[in-house]
Amino acid sequence: MADQPTATERLIQGILPENPVYRQLLGLCPTLAVTNSLMAAVTMAGAVGFVLLCANVIISLIRDLLKPHLRIVVFTLTIATFVTIADRLLAAYLYQMSKTLGPYIPLIIVNCIIICRCEVVASKQAPIVAAADAIGQSLGFGLALSSIAAIREILGTGALFGLRVMPALWPDWVIMVLPPGAFLTFGLLLGAINWITDKKKA
Amino acid sequence: MTTEKQLNMQDSQVKPIDETRPTAPVIHVSPSPHLAQSTTSTRRMMVDVLVALVPVVAMSLFVFRGYALFQLAVCLGGSLAAELLFVKMRGRPSTLKDFSAIVTGIILAMSLPGTAPWYVGLIAAFVAVGIGKIIFGGLGMNLFNPAMVGRAFVMISFAGALAASGFEDVRSAVDAVSQATPMNAYKMNGVVAPLAHLFWGTTNGSLGETSALACLLGGLYLIVRRTVSWEIPAGLLLAVLVIGGVADLAGPADGWTVLHHILGGSLLFGAFFIATDPVTSPLTPRGKFIFGLGVGMLIMLLRLFSGYPEGVMFAVLLMNAVTPLINRWAIPVPFGEQ
Repeated sequence: MADQPTATERLIQGILPENPVYRQLLGLCPTLAVTNSLMAAVTMAGAVGFVLLCANVIISLIRDLLKPHLRIVVFTLTIATFVTIADRLLAAYLYQMSKTLGPYIPLIIVNCIIICRCEVVASKQAPIVAAADAIGQSLGFGLALSSIAAIREILGTGALFGLRVMPALWPDWVIMVLPPGAFLTFGLLLGAINWITDKKKA
Repeated sequence: MTTEKQLNMQDSQVKPIDETRPTAPVIHVSPSPHLAQSTTSTRRMMVDVLVALVPVVAMSLFVFRGYALFQLAVCLGGSLAAELLFVKMRGRPSTLKDFSAIVTGIILAMSLPGTAPWYVGLIAAFVAVGIGKIIFGGLGMNLFNPAMVGRAFVMISFAGALAASGFEDVRSAVDAVSQATPMNAYKMNGVVAPLAHLFWGTTNGSLGETSALACLLGGLYLIVRRTVSWEIPAGLLLAVLVIGGVADLAGPADGWTVLHHILGGSLLFGAFFIATDPVTSPLTPRGKFIFGLGVGMLIMLLRLFSGYPEGVMFAVLLMNAVTPLINRWAIPVPFGEQ
């Protein structure tokens, strides 16, 4: 296991080179569903980051006890524990946001990013590396969600974090805050990022 | 000696192999008839569509005057600029000369109400050419009718500006802009427009849809020229006739008959100019007929049971989506095959 990436490498890899949304195309359900306002996107990314960090560290601590045929069950139960904590915390302190996000907070349990990181990193490497990886991946996820949400909120409502940023004459592009806007924005951003990467390689 | 020299001369005069042409003889394998019309080209088809659009554009200019001119200018400018920009971004040679961007621009303008503000036409044109066409790989590769993609985008974004809401104005010829559109008036208040108004086109509505006569003239020209196949409008009109007829017999006798369904709204404009886009409709005659039937049925479904007064745009987009399926379904049986 000498060729496993170090903590710093894991951290940097997660943000852009192995961005969970734009590079691995994981966690697309929340990416498309909760990015109609920047506030919701940031909250979602925060919740996912909390769950990912806790789950990664716990799994990494018990990695020597894991039996291969039972590991997915252990991952899921660990993740479910922290998702429940995050869900209740949001409901207690950010009630409106909890209402807005609706079922997407409980659905973090089945978010592929977390189970993927548990399998790839936490079940094989030390807690420090697992924690660094979780932070990197969460930052990458947050970056992806906020980039889509910022575009959708500005075009769709002329505002950012609920504050008006566009001139009063700006006509709201209602379609951008509706589901088609999510698919269009995500597709165009994904295309733009692929285009930039191709240009760099060439 | 002389012959040898001549031979050498001839040799030197032999042209080098043209790199652009295939070096081996090409054998075309295709079903009969083998005498293909060599004059058929994208550009000829697009010019035909432009000719067919003349009565529609003329009628819209007569009824809506300044509004029609303004919308045409915005949409044409927008779609030409978008085509130029996006094709350049892809690093391909300019495709302005195939006239497809002009056709998209005019059809888009004709499908918008004249009172829509400038940004509606501009955004619709950029979405139509960019997301509707270029992103799929250019003309011939697009899944959905580009003009309708652009229109759907602005229709959902700026529903208020697209409602052709009436207000008093002196710029138009026959006081059309001050009325609600016939489809809206019927949907909201049950007001039935006279058939003659729908036929000649002296009503409010999207620019190109008001005059049934102009659409019929343009459509017949396209069919006579074989630029569009008759199966699509035929299937579409048949479906509308049957469903409209049944609705006539079954529904409340409120005066909105099957003839109103055919002459009103953008049905004829859609049947001849939008549903017939050769790129986004099926390839075989049988497939085209099925496609037309599907568009007609969806139009009637949307008109009779949805909240929208009109359904041509969504019907065409939905049937565009199933065109690949229809193509697979309607593969003709080769001659001799059981």
